[in-house]
Amino acid sequence: MARLTSLSEAIAENVHDGDRVAMEGFTHLIPCAAGHEVIRQGRKHLTLYRMTPDILYDQLIGMGCVDKLIFSWGGNPGVGSLHRLRDAVERGWPHTLEIEEHSHAAMANAYDAGAANLPFAAFRGYIGADLAKVNPNIRHVTCPFTGETLAAVPAIRPDVTLIHAQKADREGNVLLEGIVGVQKEAVLAATRSVVTVEEVVEEFGDVSPNAVILPTWTVTAIAAVPGGAHPSYAHGYYKRDNAYYKAWDPIARDRDTFLAWMKENVLETGPEAFAQYAKPKHAGQGA
Amino acid sequence: MEFKPSEMMTVAAARPLNNDDVCFVGIGAPSAACNLARLTHAPDITLIYESGTIGTRPDVLPLSIGDGELCDTALMTVPVPEMFRYWLQGGRITLGFLGGAQIDRFANLNTTVVGPYDAPKVRLPGGGGAPEIASNCGQIFITMALSPRGFVDRLDFITSMGHGEGGDHRQRLGLKTKGPTKVITDKCILEPDPETKELTVVSIHPGVTRDEITEACGWPIRFGSAVVETPAPTAEELATLRDLQDRTRRAHAA
Repeated sequence: MARLTSLSEAIAENVHDGDRVAMEGFTHLIPCAAGHEVIRQGRKHLTLYRMTPDILYDQLIGMGCVDKLIFSWGGNPGVGSLHRLRDAVERGWPHTLEIEEHSHAAMANAYDAGAANLPFAAFRGYIGADLAKVNPNIRHVTCPFTGETLAAVPAIRPDVTLIHAQKADREGNVLLEGIVGVQKEAVLAATRSVVTVEEVVEEFGDVSPNAVILPTWTVTAIAAVPGGAHPSYAHGYYKRDNAYYKAWDPIARDRDTFLAWMKENVLETGPEAFAQYAKPKHAGQGA
Repeated sequence: MEFKPSEMMTVAAARPLNNDDVCFVGIGAPSAACNLARLTHAPDITLIYESGTIGTRPDVLPLSIGDGELCDTALMTVPVPEMFRYWLQGGRITLGFLGGAQIDRFANLNTTVVGPYDAPKVRLPGGGGAPEIASNCGQIFITMALSPRGFVDRLDFITSMGHGEGGDHRQRLGLKTKGPTKVITDKCILEPDPETKELTVVSIHPGVTRDEITEACGWPIRFGSAVVETPAPTAEELATLRDLQDRTRRAHAA
């Protein structure tokens, strides 16, 4: 059963130095508050998974939390480069970053395989693409029925997955809506999971029988952090802060500017700083 | 009516799209072209973004591949593994529309690194969905501005395969899809030669000279035997594009 707790306790108990961690969210519901808590608690030597590492992973990399990044697209969407990621890869600052690079199809299939308790994923991919030459974890298998050669990648099995969702109920079931990305797979593939939510409600009420729900017994810890996906967004609550993504570019370009920003906006604050971005959908239900 | 080269590029990229296309849309220039087509001559085109949004009709252009606008206006939104497994790999997409940082004469694309992979001079964002979009969609359109930095003689890295080494390279690798069939730039439109698959100029935008095209390309570019002039943007195309871009600017500044 999921434990309803504070974010600081949830991270302290579930994210350890050296862990393999997935903080997923495909431009939507990115667990920014949870990631900031990881930075504040000074976690080191993490292996991070994410299909689309953006600002949050730029921050984790720039603060020296990450030894290895496994990813398929690392940029500031619609804006440009992730300057902290580039500084780490191109110049080894703040330290060398090992990367393992895939395509989206590979990562999506690898999470799916992880959730399905399979050792690897097979798919029709990487044909004529150079990634297969530089990533030894891209291999090939022969279909035992047709003889077709297919790409194979190892399943993703994180020690812990962090996600953000719209709601949890009092029993600790979690509801996600909108662009649901790969979060369900990432939670089911992981040993532990921490979910931050916009609000905790008595019950979900009238939801579709096909809604994306993670039952309480698949989640380790839940913390209510209204606004916790900012500057990404929470469908039904607040919009993507596109101006913020643009403003990140000059902050991240310079090491000192970056460190000063992180000190002021992450190290010296707490998850409550995210509340200013939250607009609960239904008056009176804000957690 | 006066127009900018970038506007000509978007208009020219929008024109070949039609109502029957099921189009996998890349972010940036491809997204502008696909939505311009939807707002002008192809109102029933199906636009799909890799975040899982299918049949989306955004009022403003998304900054990211997963802006809420895409989900709010979509017929449906599916999980990302389903998007890549059932819809893309399943062969349901007729057309993939990609941009890129660098392209070579066989329409291979690089969005991964400039310089050696292990010690890159410039680390680019990477492939994202492109490697499998390039192989699994029925055909591929590419749009990017023509420049010596973008149109290079040799790619440091092939992120997604176009026509590989040219000729029948795709078939030799077992691919049944057509690969890149059009590259739309701000100066001209290129199409692969039917035999060699080398990109060849087939249409030149109004006011652009052959010398300008040759100088802006990093390889000795070939011109087809029957090069035509691209029709200038119509008043309707320009007005629709500018409205869309104005709405987008206002929305993203808010």
